[in-house]
Amino acid sequence: MNRFSWYEAKSVEDALKNANTTLSEELYSPSNEAAFFKSGGIDVLDFLKEGLISPKTIVNVRDIPGMDKIEHEHNEGMTIGANVTLAEIEHHPDVAINFPALQMAVAHAATPQLRNMSTIAGNLAQRTRCWYFRSVDHQCFRKNGDRCFARHSETGQNEGHAIINNGSCVSVHASSIATALLALKASVVIQGGDMKKKVVSIEDFFVSPMQDISRENILGKKDLITEIKVPAPSANTKSFYIKQVARESYDWSLADVAVVAEMKGNTCVDITIALGAAAPTPIRSYEAEKILKGEQLNDMSITKAAEKAMEVARPLSKNGYKIPLFKSIIVRALSELI
Amino acid sequence: MKNDKDKSSKNAGKGNLSRRGFLRGAGLTTAGTVMLNSSVLAFESQPATGKAFGPDAVTIEMKVNGELKSLIVEPRTTLATALRDHLGLTGTKVVCDRGACSACTVWLDGRPVNSCMTLALDVGSRPVETIEGLAEGNELHPLQEAFIEHDASQCGYCTPGMIMSAAHLLKTNPNPTLQDVKKATRGNLCRCGTYPHVFKATLAAAKKMK
Ligand SMILES: Cc1cc2nc3c(=O)[nH]c(=O)nc-3n(C[C@H](O)[C@H](O)[C@H](O)COP(=O)(O)OP(=O)(O)OC[C@H]3O[C@@H](n4cnc5c(N)ncnc54)[C@H](O)[C@@H]3O)c2cc1C
Ligand code: FES
Ligand code: FES
Repeated sequence: MNRFSWYEAKSVEDALKNANTTLSEELYSPSNEAAFFKSGGIDVLDFLKEGLISPKTIVNVRDIPGMDKIEHEHNEGMTIGANVTLAEIEHHPDVAINFPALQMAVAHAATPQLRNMSTIAGNLAQRTRCWYFRSVDHQCFRKNGDRCFARHSETGQNEGHAIINNGSCVSVHASSIATALLALKASVVIQGGDMKKKVVSIEDFFVSPMQDISRENILGKKDLITEIKVPAPSANTKSFYIKQVARESYDWSLADVAVVAEMKGNTCVDITIALGAAAPTPIRSYEAEKILKGEQLNDMSITKAAEKAMEVARPLSKNGYKIPLFKSIIVRALSELI
Repeated sequence: MKNDKDKSSKNAGKGNLSRRGFLRGAGLTTAGTVMLNSSVLAFESQPATGKAFGPDAVTIEMKVNGELKSLIVEPRTTLATALRDHLGLTGTKVVCDRGACSACTVWLDGRPVNSCMTLALDVGSRPVETIEGLAEGNELHPLQEAFIEHDASQCGYCTPGMIMSAAHLLKTNPNPTLQDVKKATRGNLCRCGTYPHVFKATLAAAKKMK
């Protein structure tokens, strides 16, 4: 790990004034002057320890007053401060009552220790866990290199990689919590360097490698996430989340799904289905949603929706197993709504 | 574990030249020299609003196991390094150094965290509890006793972290189920496979502590 200075930001304005780049920009075109944000510090430290990045200054935003609150209003929904930890979301009674899918996603992310340290903003802005991307020995597309190592049909270790939208870099986004936030139609509030506020839907927050290979989200040089907004669910809304991992204790997601539906008896009035670890960004399966909207939820319609969700899948050499895996967790999650 | 602890505290007391004692001494001397330059530097670069530190070492205060300690660290120093190399509290182990095994678990503000992924400057005024702070004088914590009784430690590398996770559970839930114990130690990897013994020991300790 290189030596760096530490800037202890006292306000949003102060933090914005003292940052000059993002971790992603610095990784893609390194300077000797980088100053970027750190909140929980887990992902930042990972990059520093691997020697992937050598910032001049870390701007600590973790202790800026007022950024660590959860507020809930029945009609408006929930506002989660950027620095709220995953553990705080996991244990907040209003989250479990109003947004079960979010509570389940958070409770299944990382370890109890990491959840005590990681912040929601850091979780959304973390980079992919693709092992080639995380290795100093592999200059991949995402680090201004000339290839995607994972894509190679023989040598590519692509078991965990994307089966959908995998025409460029085939990595998947690391946040399993984003899957639930996408299904819940959450949005991200960002304060820019000009001190203007932007509100961006989770869907537009993430950037696919086809749009821009150097980044995974829209955050620019001087963009600080200040809060996440989760709109109030309409009456009779049910939600569920399932994350499939390789071992029981804890692990990164192989496939995860969040479903949020407004029900009238067994009829599905409206529904969102979001998939994580399927594509380079968390994605909604609009096609599967269309099949269920206005229809009865039963074994037949649910199975049809799951099949439809996987029609767009184009697996790589070693991740074909993800297709039946996704079908099965989509069916299981939808069954929980009946 | 008990022997190891006794030995190292004896060495520390008498200034015996054990490997650990030597490393501890050497560490302090280098850091001390750096500090002279840095306190001047840190002062000059201090802007009106926030505060800048480093990259040279700065003096910080940290409350560890109930005692206020003064130490000299660079901004890149992790809490694990501060505890082990600067304060000589080598009970905390570093195994993966990436937040993936929880061997380095300590309590920060009463909650288990990975000390390998926490920077020392991030601790601030929040209290730190390490495995060394669990026993009361010569009296082991009931969970430590239970680990010995149930043979819950093999090579011992995961043990301090495992105990800090399980002890936190017992502090917050006096009637844990097997499922609760599994959940609390879910991040703690043990390559020797002591899990069933760890679970038994924790449940036994819970009973004893009632
Ligand atoms: C072993 C392991 C297992 C994990 N498993 C999972 C899992 O299953 N699911 C999951 O979702 N996550 C998982 N994680 C991720 C983890 O939970 C953290 O969320 C993540 O590492 C980053 O959170 P942080 O607060 O530490 O962010 P930091 O490391 O502080 O920051 C991450 C990025 O966000 C930027 N940033 C931070 N705050 C802001 C802000 N307010 N505005 C703009 N940019 C900001 C930083 O500049 C940096 O680029 C795992 C991590 C590890 C190490
Ligand atoms: S050593 Fe800290 S988590 Fe493994
Ligand atoms: S006792 Fe050896 S790793 Fe757990």
